[in-house]
Formats: sequence, structure tokens, C-alpha cells
Amino acid sequence: MKDISGPKATRYSQPLGDKLWRNFVIGLPYLWLFLFFLVPFGIVFKISLADPIVAKPPFTALFDFGANAKNWLHATFDNYLFLTEDNLYWISYFNSIKIAGISTLLCLLLGYPMAYGIARSTPTVRNVLLMLVILPFWTSFLLRVYAWMGLLGKNGVVNGLLSYTGLIDAPLEMLYTNGAVYLGIVYTYVPFMILPLYATLEKMDLDLQDAAADLGAKPWQVFVDTTLPLSMPGIIAGSMLVFIPALGEFVIPALLGGIDSLMIGRTLYDEFFVNRDWPLASAVATVLLFILVIPIMLFQRSQQEKK
Amino acid sequence: MNRSSRFIFSALCFGFAFLYLPILMLILLSFNDSSIATVWGGFSLRWYSALMSNEQIINAALLSLKIAAVSATFATILGTMAGLALTQMGRYRGRLIFTGLIAAPLVMPEVITGLSLLLLFVSLQELIGWPLSRGASTITIAHITFSMAYVAVIVQSRLANMDQSLEEAAMDLGGRPMQVAFDITLPLIAPSMISGWLLAFTLSLDDLVIASFTSGAGASTLPMMIFSKIKLGVTPDINALASIIIGTVTVGIVIASWIILRNDGNRATQSPSDP
Repeated sequence: MKDISGPKATRYSQPLGDKLWRNFVIGLPYLWLFLFFLVPFGIVFKISLADPIVAKPPFTALFDFGANAKNWLHATFDNYLFLTEDNLYWISYFNSIKIAGISTLLCLLLGYPMAYGIARSTPTVRNVLLMLVILPFWTSFLLRVYAWMGLLGKNGVVNGLLSYTGLIDAPLEMLYTNGAVYLGIVYTYVPFMILPLYATLEKMDLDLQDAAADLGAKPWQVFVDTTLPLSMPGIIAGSMLVFIPALGEFVIPALLGGIDSLMIGRTLYDEFFVNRDWPLASAVATVLLFILVIPIMLFQRSQQEKK
Repeated sequence: MNRSSRFIFSALCFGFAFLYLPILMLILLSFNDSSIATVWGGFSLRWYSALMSNEQIINAALLSLKIAAVSATFATILGTMAGLALTQMGRYRGRLIFTGLIAAPLVMPEVITGLSLLLLFVSLQELIGWPLSRGASTITIAHITFSMAYVAVIVQSRLANMDQSLEEAAMDLGGRPMQVAFDITLPLIAPSMISGWLLAFTLSLDDLVIASFTSGAGASTLPMMIFSKIKLGVTPDINALASIIIGTVTVGIVIASWIILRNDGNRATQSPSDP
């Protein structure tokens, strides 16, 4: 009998070079992300247990193996206790969740019909529309937020138009309000909602909808009973892509929000850069990360199901 | 046109007007001679010429471009390797954690990524004396870290949708995995590597928060410079700068997608059966 295992066998016995190549391809990006993405979270947690001091770096060491050290471990939960005592942090976390949640809903309301329209148009039109959705994603986030400052300001374009047409006598306060923050988040994040929604709607088999319509379902019934449930993976992925980064958003509340538009990203930033309290900023970040665990897991699962 | 398609049509019109009017307005204002947005003082390029003589902004722009080019290149190499590791390497220990490590940077709030990287750099400096100071190099490392995840996702989706018979044939003919990767796989995924590089480049060019955390006293990138100016309100020279950046990016992207679309079209006419 002819030996057919010859050339194939080398694939499984893996000569040294192949093994090295494999370890290199897996190992290098793994190591990089481990060192620069996973380890830093451990350090954030470590420093959240330290005391702030006026020194460089401005926090106490967690471990002290020196000869005259009383305890080798210096850990304190003071930073976390402080978070619960000061209203500022409660308000910041609550506001962030509220603003991110409502903005996600608004993105869904605006993005769903747009994604639906794109998915149902002819291939040529579809490509053009998709590019129009992706294009803002490539242009500077900071500058797109900045564009609204020129529109909403006291001497801005909107106030100018309104007073020109005689609709208002005095300029409206629009910039530096919570409303401007909602507007900014919806504006910058709605492409993130449209793209995953489009991906599920485009792949959807239209036979089900046709069958439901043939059986006498009204258009809205067809939508609620077939289209909406089938597009759930896209809704979840899109919502998480908006909700998670919006929750920690810094630029939008800093540029468009007022003094009272507290969001946790901004509080963290100020705690770090203005008050220079690194341990407290670390504690704020750790708590934020815990809030994000469930949404991030939801997002990961929706990504896994896609495959 | 029935009622529901009329609704969809108006949603599309409203949505795209919402996405594009603010940017168009910004570009229009950059040509306004008057420094007050509501007063049209006539067409003028004076904000553009003011920009050209602003050395601070030009230096910041050069620094940003340098960081973006270097970090995009490394992110493309590492991200492509990560994409290969996720699709072509079968099972290995820690694969699930690896998948999570790739997906998490995509959604992680920037303040957390920025703070954690800064604290890593500070701790490393204490521990091993590196990095000596924070600036362009630490920003570059931070940018590689978050943009390699984007490259990995783009490359991975291309690999997942790719016909693997060519690679299998090369393997059956006795090609070693490394040879096959360089001769077959990489040329096939080159377009997605290019889009990955471009995305990494723009992400780096655009980043404010992570750069602010990981930068030292010396280095100030273009977004950091812009942010410190616009924190206090609208300035016409930033309108001009914004128009230049947005215009350049738009032209670049439109040309790039036109090339990609044309290539796809050619391929489709050559082999109509190929999906």
C-alpha cells in the first residue's frame, strides 16, 4: 500500500522553525497587550489603595520591605470611603449613567431607521450612504465636537438665525448645558450605532417579513414581530459601542457641558490634573471599571455570537 | 412611496443633515473675515495665513504626524499578528483572554486607558528607570496599544471571510507556515492592512485624552494644543485649522475607498462566481 501520510505528517509533527513562528505570532501581540493593557489595570487598583502624599510620584508605596517599616503592606480603603462620602462622586456616576443611557436610546431612535434605509437601498446607493456614515468616523472627534461650539454659542449660528428670523429677542443659552452634552454624544456616536445595526439588517432574510405580510400582518406588526427581534444582536452591539465609551466621556462634557454637567470622566480628569490626587483618581477609575464589567461582557458576547 | 418608506427616507435625510451640516458650517465660518460667527464680514483667507505663521501649532502638528506614522506602523504589524493569532492558529492556552484583550481597548473609556498607562509608565520608571521622561515615546506606545486592537479587528474580519483553499494548497505542497503567511496570506490581506494603518494613523492623530495622560511636560500634540485653545471658546484660526484637517482626511478617504471599490469591481468582473 502506498504511504499517503508522508507530506501531511510534517504538518502535525511541527519542526522547530514552525513552532517558533507560531509562538512569535501569538506571543508578541499577546505580550504587548498583557504588558500595556492588562498589567496597567492592576497598577491602577494598587495605587487606589495608597495614600496621596506630596512627592514624586504623589502616592505612598503599597509594599515596604525596609528595615524600619512597621508593616510590609500599606493598604487603605480611605479613597473608596471618600468616594461614598462626597456627593460629587455619586452625582457624577449617576449623571454619567443617565446621560450615556439616554444618549444611547436617542442614537438607537435615530440610527435604526437610517440603518434600515441603507440596508434596503440599491447596492450603488448603499455604498455611497455607507461611506457617508463612515466618513465622520474618520474625521477628528475633537473637531466635530468643536463644530457644535460655533453653532450653539451665544454668538453662534443657531442663535443668529433665530434672532434674524425674529423668533427670539435674546440669545438662548444652549452651549454649556446638559442638552448640548446629549446633542454632542448623539452626534459623535451615532455612526457606531448605525454600522452594527446595518450589518445585521443587511444579512436578514426578507422571506420572513414577506411571509408575515402575506399572512395579513400590518407593517408595524411585521416590524415588531420579525424585524426587531431578528436585529437584536445589532441593537446590543451598537448600544454597547455607544454606551460604554459615552459613560467615561471627557471631551464632550468638558467642551459643551456647563459647570453642573458632571460626568465621571471629567471628574476623574480633574481629580488627576487639577487636584493631583492620583490615588483618588485611581479609585474613581476602578469603580468605573466595575460599573462597565457587565456592559463590556454583553458586548464581548455579542461579538462572539457574530462568529 | 408608501408611509413607511417615506418615514425611512425622511430619517435618512434628517440623519445625514445632522451629521454634515455642523461640519459644513465650520468650514464656511473659516472663510469669514469677521471673527464673530453671526456677522459675515466677507470672504477671506486671513485665518489661514495667521495659521501658517503660528509656529507653536505647526510644531505640534509635526509632532502629531510623527507619532501617528510611527504608531500606525507598529500597530499594523502587531495588529496583523493578533488577527492571524485569532483566526489561523487553532487552539492554544489563554486564547479566550487574548480575544478579550483585543476587544476591550475598542470600548474602554479613554480616561481609564490613559490613567492606567500613565501609572504603568510611572511605576516602570521607579522599577527599572525606563522611561526616563514622558513625551513622544510614551504617547507612541499608548497609541500602538489601542490602535493595534482596531487593526486586529479589521484584519480578523478579512481573514474570517477569506477563502482558505489557497493557503491549504500551499501547505499541502509542503510550504512552511511562515512561508505561506508571507507568500499567500499577507498579499491577500494587504488591503485590510492598509485600511488598518490608515485607521490607526487617524486615531492617533485625533487622540486627546490618552495623549494628555501619557505625555510629559515637554511634548504637546496637535489635539492637546487645540483643546487648550478651544476650552475658552471658539477661535477663528482653529476653524481654519479644522477645515484643513477635515478637508485633507475627507479627500484621502474618498480616494482610498474609490481605489478599493474599483479593485473590488475589477475582481468581480474577472470572476463573477467569486463571492
